[in-house]
Amino acid sequence: MKHLPTILGHEIRMLLVSPSTYIAAAFFLGVMGTIFTGILENYSKAAQEASPAQVFFQLFWIPVLFIVPLLTMKSLAEERRLGTIETLLTTSVSTTEVVLGKYGATYFLYLLLWGSTGGFFYILHRFASDARFLDPGPLIGGYLFIALSGLLFVALGIFASSLSRSQSVAGIICFAALLGLIIGVPGLLQLPALNAETFRPVRSAIEYAQVIEHLGDFTRGVVDTREVLFYLSGTVLTLIFTILSLEAKQLHS
Amino acid sequence: MPDAAPAIEVEHLVKTYAGVTAVNDISFSVARGEIIGFLGPNGAGKSTTMRILTGYLPATSGHVRICGMSVTTQPDEVKRRVGYMPENNPLPEDMRVSEYLYFRGRLKEIPRRKLGPRIDEVLEVCDLKRVRHKIIGKLSKGYRQRVGVAEAILAEPPVIIMDEPTIGLDPHQILIVRDLIASLRGRMTLIISSHILPEIEMTCDRVLIINGGRVVAQGTPAALRREILGRLTYAIEVAGDPAALPALLAGVEPSLRIDTAGEPDADGFRRITLTTEQTAELGEPLHRALTAGGAFRLRALSRMNPTLEDVFLAATRRSWDVRSEDLRKS
Repeated sequence: MKHLPTILGHEIRMLLVSPSTYIAAAFFLGVMGTIFTGILENYSKAAQEASPAQVFFQLFWIPVLFIVPLLTMKSLAEERRLGTIETLLTTSVSTTEVVLGKYGATYFLYLLLWGSTGGFFYILHRFASDARFLDPGPLIGGYLFIALSGLLFVALGIFASSLSRSQSVAGIICFAALLGLIIGVPGLLQLPALNAETFRPVRSAIEYAQVIEHLGDFTRGVVDTREVLFYLSGTVLTLIFTILSLEAKQLHS
Repeated sequence: MPDAAPAIEVEHLVKTYAGVTAVNDISFSVARGEIIGFLGPNGAGKSTTMRILTGYLPATSGHVRICGMSVTTQPDEVKRRVGYMPENNPLPEDMRVSEYLYFRGRLKEIPRRKLGPRIDEVLEVCDLKRVRHKIIGKLSKGYRQRVGVAEAILAEPPVIIMDEPTIGLDPHQILIVRDLIASLRGRMTLIISSHILPEIEMTCDRVLIINGGRVVAQGTPAALRREILGRLTYAIEVAGDPAALPALLAGVEPSLRIDTAGEPDADGFRRITLTTEQTAELGEPLHRALTAGGAFRLRALSRMNPTLEDVFLAATRRSWDVRSEDLRKS
């Protein structure tokens, strides 16, 4: 792990000087800003039950579906396409260090992007000066959820990027995986076959893995350790698969 | 003792990919400070062998030791001692030359304090000072190639492995890269693969010809010529009766015979090439025999030096013949 700081520093630097990062950031903040403005407009028309933060975080999956593939697709796919992974792995750097370095840097950027949406709430607080709009509970819970679920989402993106040399293929795999996880899992519960007695354990397992439900818990201020464990173990497992995938590709290169 | 061990030792190296044998029982050893040329047609197993030497690919069987250390049991130690420039010289497109060298230097564990002066030194040696702040993706091929060489020698490793360092360069750039390689002579052990044979002949102390995953010939270029071609060729231009020539040649050396004979030109001279299995010099006796007696008039006599290209073609053809014989037997 001696080289991890070097690789992490290098990756963050490369992300910060790359124009595609700024395009993704502008796109992200544009979408989030539009959503936020829409929410505020609703509030100005009529009083709502939920706080703006709660509504805002409920739509988290829209930017996640687009931004995570955009940020992660390049990481390992580009390295393999150019062949620079070969020069990287012929120094005394391990595949684990490479994967963790790329993962850490992308996760940092992901947090940075979400962190910048904090500006919206600051502006709201500054100009609305109405405490009802700024309930700290859902706000903190929402950001905590974003940070925790981001661990798994970014890991999935890095894993997708390790599967293909082509950035676009990696991006599509990542998009499909996220779509399956966020939208597909609740969809599975609609299957009539799962109502049978024999499938009860499967059904309860799927019920645990509902990302949108997790968000609801977090914004209500409930931090369930099972949910924390779900994201942490999912992340570790995905990263292990990424390392294995990279090593398998190396053996057959 | 690691210090007394040869720079590279390869014993019975075998590498198979999904049933295809890329490297089939290769053994060789390289002394410290030696420059070795790897020759072979495409797909002969050169790149695979080099990748195994660097520890990037695991071997199916066999032993590889770099400076006395095994690639399989001490991969990190080996990687610290090898500078490697892969085929096609992959470089990140969006970094500056000095940034790239700094990053690589850190990965190669050069202390931060020494890295700055060392990068300056390497940039000077590789004549890259003018482009140090340029983006690598915008550099011409010649510069990119030199960045690859600079990266390989950055940590001053005892062993340097370069896969086709001169591919796709113009003759002027080849000259620069060749001078660069020659400047490393004696300080580092080098393995270079190339298709450009005069290149190898000029820079390498020893040549290893690989075909179909086997070493088909090895030795100095001069020794290979003798071993593979096994004969000397002389070209003469003489005027006189060609029918009388064989008898005269037999008097000089029994194995000397006419290989090709041309038509006489306006002055009555014809160009004849002679071959002999005798490896000793026959120029002088041949000259004496042809000029004595007055039957022939001699205008030119020269020994033809086969190029490494001839040696390479003969060696690879011979190994294909051996292989097709094996196939017929089985």
